[in-house]
Amino acid sequence: MLLMQDMTKSFLGIRVLHSVSLDLAPGEVHAVVGENGAGKSTLMKLLSGEHTPDGGRIEIDGTPVAFGHPAQAQAAGVGIIHQELALLPDRTVAENVFLGREPTRRGLVDRAAMARRTTELLAELHADGIAPDTPVRALSVARQQTVEVAKALAADVRILIMDEPTAALAEHEVASLFDLVRRLTERGLGILYVSHRMREIFALSRRVTVLKDGRLVTCLNTAETDVDAVVRAMVGHELSAYYPPRAAPGTLGAPVLTVSGGGNDRLADIELTVRAGEVLGVAGLQGSGRSALARAVFGADPFTRGRMTLAGREVRPRRPREAIRAGIALVGEDRKAEGLALRQSVRDNTLLVTRAVGVGERTGETTVTRLLDRVRLATSGGPGQEVRYLSGGNQQKVVIAKWLAARPRVLLFDEPTRGVDVGAKAAIHTLVRELAAEGLAVLLISSELPELIGMSDRVLVLADGRPAGELPAGPSEEEIMRLATGGADRAGAA
Amino acid sequence: MAAASPSPALPAVAAPAARWRRGLADPAVGIWLAALGVTLLGWAVVAVRGGEFLTQPNITGILQNCVALGLIALGQTMVILTGSLDLSVAYLASLGTLVAAETMAGSDGNMVPAVVAVLALCAGVGLANGLIVTRLKVNAFIATLGVALILRGWIEDNYTGPAGDVSRSFQRLGYDRIGPVPVSVFLLVGVALALWFVLRRTRLGHHMYATGGDEHAARLSGVRTERTVLVAHVLCALCVGIAALFLAARFGAGSPWAGTEARYDLESIAAVVLGGTLLAGGRGGVVGTLGGVTVLAVLDSVFNQLAVDPFFKNVLRGVVIIAAVAVYARGRRSAGRSR
Repeated sequence: MLLMQDMTKSFLGIRVLHSVSLDLAPGEVHAVVGENGAGKSTLMKLLSGEHTPDGGRIEIDGTPVAFGHPAQAQAAGVGIIHQELALLPDRTVAENVFLGREPTRRGLVDRAAMARRTTELLAELHADGIAPDTPVRALSVARQQTVEVAKALAADVRILIMDEPTAALAEHEVASLFDLVRRLTERGLGILYVSHRMREIFALSRRVTVLKDGRLVTCLNTAETDVDAVVRAMVGHELSAYYPPRAAPGTLGAPVLTVSGGGNDRLADIELTVRAGEVLGVAGLQGSGRSALARAVFGADPFTRGRMTLAGREVRPRRPREAIRAGIALVGEDRKAEGLALRQSVRDNTLLVTRAVGVGERTGETTVTRLLDRVRLATSGGPGQEVRYLSGGNQQKVVIAKWLAARPRVLLFDEPTRGVDVGAKAAIHTLVRELAAEGLAVLLISSELPELIGMSDRVLVLADGRPAGELPAGPSEEEIMRLATGGADRAGAA
Repeated sequence: MAAASPSPALPAVAAPAARWRRGLADPAVGIWLAALGVTLLGWAVVAVRGGEFLTQPNITGILQNCVALGLIALGQTMVILTGSLDLSVAYLASLGTLVAAETMAGSDGNMVPAVVAVLALCAGVGLANGLIVTRLKVNAFIATLGVALILRGWIEDNYTGPAGDVSRSFQRLGYDRIGPVPVSVFLLVGVALALWFVLRRTRLGHHMYATGGDEHAARLSGVRTERTVLVAHVLCALCVGIAALFLAARFGAGSPWAGTEARYDLESIAAVVLGGTLLAGGRGGVVGTLGGVTVLAVLDSVFNQLAVDPFFKNVLRGVVIIAAVAVYARGRRSAGRSR
């Protein structure tokens, strides 16, 4: 139904796509993978009409098409669901579903028809619980996504691009997204599924196209390949050692951070110790208090009970500024909102904390150069470039450099590799381990269990804001999940 | 949250109680309650001082005072909802009165050409504002400030005082009333109804909310956002034109200060925001704006009756506006999760 042939595109003279081709059959889920900067998004935006191609041709059902505006792509049956949902939070579900194609009667918007058809569409998606007159802001992210899908269906979309659809979803919501995708393919839609997550790609797709550096590497039948082969094609070399080696026994230093009896309105009875050189992993389901723990240590939502010590001295940070002064740094889970001033330069971002709090390194150019070397930031733009133009992985490196400038003793990482590509992920893992080896105490929060298991010297599992147990290096995913879901308690009680 | 499965199906229609609560949290409802409250308070305070607040001349005066600001604020609502802004409304109103009075030149026969001339002038200026914002990609604040300066230059170069003569019949628009209600109030209500209808029942209206709410998202949904902004600017300027016609009828002549003396540019923005429309766009509407205008007019009337010191009066107005927006910001934070 769709054929994209020899698509090329350049921005500011830099070619980001080199004659990439792709095809899609009705009812097929075709995964598109590649590291950040591989050209996936650009390719998708050529199809959705957000960018116009420099070369190549697009055919839909054998007819050549050219899009200059998203509206034209939609008219041709192409829809896109972005990672950042394109919904209007203050408008109702029905108004969002029919935005841009409101049904009219005698020239006026037919609100009744709009509500009725929205209800029908949502029922087809087995989401009858969503009332058409609810403002979108009152819905969970998963339900908002369903509204986006209904919106695509309302537009009679036959080719649907889904860009990282699970990035913002909790575990149990992913399953219903999979159902949704399958239901769409049963209706004969062709789906281009952009994702970093191998598990989803193998669960859903019939074929997988791998891009690297703007070129097509390969297109594989998912059934005839495996994760290693896909990852290999993505990064261009074997990633045999996914994770750097853990700290050798006996190399750990004295306890740097301890919390005893820590609690606030989200947490209770927190007991933890992190030694110099150690990476303490923190696991738990969404809402279990993982991030709340990091925020409590960092003084953003401080502990109201219990004791916390740093290098043997009791500390009681009531706001981030005090925590930073004491030597605590938090690489937060939302780097765009919490970690970076996006329109400022790499240099200014690197010096953000030291300038604001007045601790750590001097605020000169040599410091910037040294720190950026330290995190191995390799960009063409140099320190003067605005960080919003960097890839996710490079942005994260800038966040880490920013905190290193404050010379912390404790580094808290909350989802440090979310939204970064495989290559940058490995680089960040190596960096985390090196920083620990230099004597920092590291607390690593991650919802990706393989990462947590591969990186941690110990794993603390939280459930409902309390410690559910602690596991030594290299636990299995099952052990962690059993603690996180409270399975161990039930077993103990029985 | 670990155990929380996807929340159970909500009833398809919100329960009446929830609906009622949502209604109270709606600034458009809140501001009218505030208007009622301010009126009662004014009545009580004036009564304690031995005066009478709700007299017919007083009510007529309040309503009369609502009209010009109301019309301009309604226009401003259109552009602000769409995510834009218009700072040229004050000078445009002045110029409108001059064009109206000079075209009429005291003759009833020239009323129609005068109305057409004023509306054409305003449509032209609105179009210019819209084109500068959408085509030249100039920030609306700067674009319309620039247009305001151009209009000001024209006015100051060509007029030193009142000019033209508004015909007798046309002045009735400014002075006639039905019972205590000035006829001009019907004009205001008519324009408000028309705009309410546009916002609620036309695709243009839906697209204005969408463009103001998230221009990128609207564009991706196939909305022609530039055209929407353009039309909003023209609608705004047309409202200013209607206000200018009313002001000309009140003054009996064109005045180079008709719009600027009352600072309709910033006052109209204040009224819109007081009415609960987000300055960033995408949320709000004409009902709230009329409420905002009413609150400001009632406050003025109370202050005048109590002969409040002008300094104190301005301070109080400032406090009211800031307090209202602070309350809305709180309401928004608690009303729904942020994304």
